[in-house]
Amino acid sequence: MNFQAPIGSSLPRDRAKRLLAGRGQYVDDIQLPRMLHLAFVRSPYPHARVKSIETIDAVAMPGVARVVKGADLVGVVSSWRGTHNLFPGLKAPEQHVLAGDTARWQGEAVAAVAARSRAEAEDAAEQIVVDWEELPFVGDAEVALENGATFVHDSLGSNQAFAAEVKQGNTELAFQDAHLVIERRFRFNRHTGVSLESRGLIADYDPSADRLTVYQSHQTPHQQQDLYARLLDIPEQNVRVICPDVGGAFGLKHHLYPDELAACAISKLLERPVKYIADRFESFLSDIHCRDHTVTARMAFTQEGDIVGMQVDDLFHAGAYSQYPRSSIAEGNQIIRLCGIPYRHEHYRAAVRMAYLNKSLLGHIRSVGHPIACAVTEQLVDLGAKQLSLDPVAMRRRAYLRDEDFPTTSPGGIALEHLSFHGCLDRALERIDVDAFRREQAQLREQGIYRGIGFATFVDLTSIGPEYYGEGGQHISAQETCLLRLEASGGIRCYTGATDQGQGIDSGIQQVVAGVIGVPVQDVKVNSGDSELCPVGGGSWGSRGAALAGEAALRAGQELRRNILNIAGVLLQKVPELLDIRDGAVVDATSGAKQLALAEVAQIGHFRPYMVPDNTPSDLTVTGRYASRDRMFLPANGLHVAILDVDTDTGLIVFQRYLVVHDCGRLLNPLLVEEQIRGGVVQGIGGALYEEFIYDDDGYLCNGTLADYLVPMAAEMPDIEVEHLETPTATSELGAKGAGEAGTTGAMGAVLNAVNDALTPFDVTLSEVPLTPPRILRALGKI
Amino acid sequence: MKAPDFAYLRPNTLEEAVAALGRFGDDARILAGGQTLMALQNFRMASAEILFDINWIPGLSDIHEEPDCLVIGSLVRYAGLEASSLIERDAPLLSEAVGHIAHPAVRNRGTIGGSLALGDPAAEMPACMLALNAEMVLCDANGERRVPADEFFLGLYETTLRPDEILTAVRIPKARPSQCYAFDEVARRRGDFALAGLAIAGKAEGSALHSVRLAYFGVADRPVLAVSAMAMLEGQSLTAELIDRVREAAIGELDPPDDPATPAAYRRHLGGVLVARLLGQLRERLL
Ligand SMILES: Cc1cc2nc3c(=O)[nH]c(=O)nc-3n(C[C@H](O)[C@H](O)[C@H](O)COP(=O)(O)OP(=O)(O)OC[C@H]3O[C@@H](n4cnc5c(N)ncnc54)[C@H](O)[C@@H]3O)c2cc1C
Repeated sequence: MNFQAPIGSSLPRDRAKRLLAGRGQYVDDIQLPRMLHLAFVRSPYPHARVKSIETIDAVAMPGVARVVKGADLVGVVSSWRGTHNLFPGLKAPEQHVLAGDTARWQGEAVAAVAARSRAEAEDAAEQIVVDWEELPFVGDAEVALENGATFVHDSLGSNQAFAAEVKQGNTELAFQDAHLVIERRFRFNRHTGVSLESRGLIADYDPSADRLTVYQSHQTPHQQQDLYARLLDIPEQNVRVICPDVGGAFGLKHHLYPDELAACAISKLLERPVKYIADRFESFLSDIHCRDHTVTARMAFTQEGDIVGMQVDDLFHAGAYSQYPRSSIAEGNQIIRLCGIPYRHEHYRAAVRMAYLNKSLLGHIRSVGHPIACAVTEQLVDLGAKQLSLDPVAMRRRAYLRDEDFPTTSPGGIALEHLSFHGCLDRALERIDVDAFRREQAQLREQGIYRGIGFATFVDLTSIGPEYYGEGGQHISAQETCLLRLEASGGIRCYTGATDQGQGIDSGIQQVVAGVIGVPVQDVKVNSGDSELCPVGGGSWGSRGAALAGEAALRAGQELRRNILNIAGVLLQKVPELLDIRDGAVVDATSGAKQLALAEVAQIGHFRPYMVPDNTPSDLTVTGRYASRDRMFLPANGLHVAILDVDTDTGLIVFQRYLVVHDCGRLLNPLLVEEQIRGGVVQGIGGALYEEFIYDDDGYLCNGTLADYLVPMAAEMPDIEVEHLETPTATSELGAKGAGEAGTTGAMGAVLNAVNDALTPFDVTLSEVPLTPPRILRALGKI
Repeated sequence: MKAPDFAYLRPNTLEEAVAALGRFGDDARILAGGQTLMALQNFRMASAEILFDINWIPGLSDIHEEPDCLVIGSLVRYAGLEASSLIERDAPLLSEAVGHIAHPAVRNRGTIGGSLALGDPAAEMPACMLALNAEMVLCDANGERRVPADEFFLGLYETTLRPDEILTAVRIPKARPSQCYAFDEVARRRGDFALAGLAIAGKAEGSALHSVRLAYFGVADRPVLAVSAMAMLEGQSLTAELIDRVREAAIGELDPPDDPATPAAYRRHLGGVLVARLLGQLRERLL
């Protein structure tokens, strides 16, 4: 098919103007009559028994409607377990909206106050007296799995939640025979997503209709609809989840959170609207965290620089519970499948163990597991190159999967269609003259300036297919449907199951519809984020919107176009094949002469349908559906290159350049893809340099505010150059692959390699992120 | 993270203010720029029952000249310091330092008096006052007293200010042509509180230095002078060798606290890096 503009055009996002004008509507902007506000009492201890909760004084506080403990919600809301049927070995304990007799992480909610205002709810929460008995805690995955460790969940009889291994070939033999084996132990410290808008919702239960409406800052309205219906026992057709403007999500808003479900249950209990907005303290204690892995990895090389094999051992943890509904194994599971993936090698063994411990939950944040697999692989490749006295670029050139190797299945078991590793490297080298860089680097070193370059090649598993959660037993849609409606005026309404949390997927879909049908982009209005009005879909996460919802939109657009031309054909007494739609009008396909305005066609379709024979397809409300088959993922790929200076006196890092060459198949909107990549790189740099939760020896979180948990800020960020290659997937007509996580995936590896390259004269290797100044100076022996 | 209820009082004159403060004492907190106090109220880390807004008191927002000193009203905003040509001329160290404080939005509201009264050990203004030998002007219902910077900062968020006093102004000796100064700090991100910082002011006669004050911030529970390092500089011309000895002395004098993200050894090391870098700059300027 002909992918005409606006498909592929760099247009500003449809929502941007409204948001910039201050007209955005986030959950906290919504006020409902008789609405109550929630505040929670959360465990100040990592592990404690709740001996009693005294609420008398709190109940008497001004404005208080109800103080709620776990027992009050029995029969109102059910518990759950974060299992995954594809991984039957995963042990998942039962979790409740409010902790019962035991709190298992600092921040777990044990009671809630519903009051007239949030301030009054907080005033009353301060008056609740909990009699805590501190319990021994487990704060470290290694310790958790030792014999005799305290159990996080006695009922499980162990702190090991999950273990798995992936194997191909014979790594033992291959490593014995190898010319060189490099081994490193890596630490990826814990961080989170930090959306500008914190989590929040309004739950509005109407007992007269047994109807629940939830306004929620969330990525997956249909998933939430299903969960609320089942866990609160309300007929699903009576549950509506609306996601208004969402101020960033990054994966932390596609889970079920106990406090959010508690708000729904309390609305059902009190029969009033209930608002809960997490404040920043609560966000740090209760949002999903990510990373926190210790990886030991080995890579074996031939003398010439071919990679023979790889061994990986990953140890991580889920926090106190397995996340619901997706479970918490994905980070580790991705790591053991993705290590070494860009490179030709035959022998592979990767194992993961996941523990439970007394920290808040670990889940899916942007590019789940990928940055770790990428950083581990790319540092080992650099170290191998150094030992073999090869240039890191030449080494990659030699060891990458070649164009003729595709399609192939990676040693980790990932089917790869066609990836453009060599193309991305070529493009990067057109932009960066590495030889000139090396000369400059040598000169600068003489002046005491330590500049380094780091490459990170990545594969991004985008657009998960239905097999993953379908077989897993989760009610999470991986199919997408798009509904289009031609209005009598000729304008088009579009309803998609993808959601927009700032990334601009609404605009990508608008462009697909406009391009496929042949109308100006502003004639298409996209509606999303409403589980009642929008067709069932998966929302936006895992870089899926453009590839899946985009393909559904393409299919719907093709059908609407066909029907429009059918009606026009009847009116014009021409076969539809001789007609086309251009710039919102039906035209003669060869001469381009305008024949009918779209409005004329629409008015016949809506008001004088008798003019069109019954057997001519002429629906002006159509749906297009797309569900991929026989593939788990749609891999995309790319290359990050970071150039930076390390100040060896202060340990601070200053970026000089940052380039991403990226291939996500067909580009719907290069501008928005670039912005996604840039945002992703910044988030990746956050993990590489700044973001880290620090716990003290007693298991307490020490830095739960934005003053001491550092997020990356504009002043320190490089100007991020983005180059595109387009290798469309053949698995869909649109050919798009996902792009939303690619920026994050490679940043950690590129920065780590660049820092180590800069520090080459000192003969040190850093393998722990974030690369804080004290870590750098310690490695240099300066402190 | 919502403040508990509090009362709000807005005196219109200094007399009214000090009289009222005397009555309320500990229950009241003065509200200046609010950039720290409002956050503390919202965090429920401060729970003042009365916020006492001094922003409407006339005269506290001016900078004026006396023959030997500049008098900076306590309500002068950071942005006002940045824009002031008097400050640039007579207290250039402040002009250089103020841009390191937070970001423009905070600088538009935050006040010099608020910073000094708060006594944050990592703040820029207190260290500058120490380097410049400034005097704080404190008022209560009985009148005014002046306290030199050396005696004003007592410890972590602790100053000689009493609950019934208002800091009305600071008096800074005017910079003479012979003044030499330098300022820098190390922070992870632009606008963050410093991990370590150093404000230097002194006199240069030819290439010989006199009365140089090395005022560190971010390395103790209050801004501190590196006195033994200062003594080594008296009457001396800067050489690479002297700078190195001063660096050693400064490192030896500093005893920073440990915190989870920043080990004491790192702050101490930065203390050495800063003094070497800034004295290096001074040396180039004096050549
Ligand atoms: C994001 C952010 C970043 C920041 N970064 C920095 C930084 O890098 N460096 C830095 O130095 N500061 C920084 N700050 C703090 C900022 O400088 C504050 O403005 C300052 O510390 C307090 O000044 P204020 O006028 O806002 O005082 P307020 O918040 O109004 O008051 C602070 C305290 O001082 C008392 N007080 C105020 N004025 C007087 C007075 N005249 N007499 C007696 N008592 C008084 C108040 O009662 C209160 O206890 C930052 C703040 C924010 C929000």
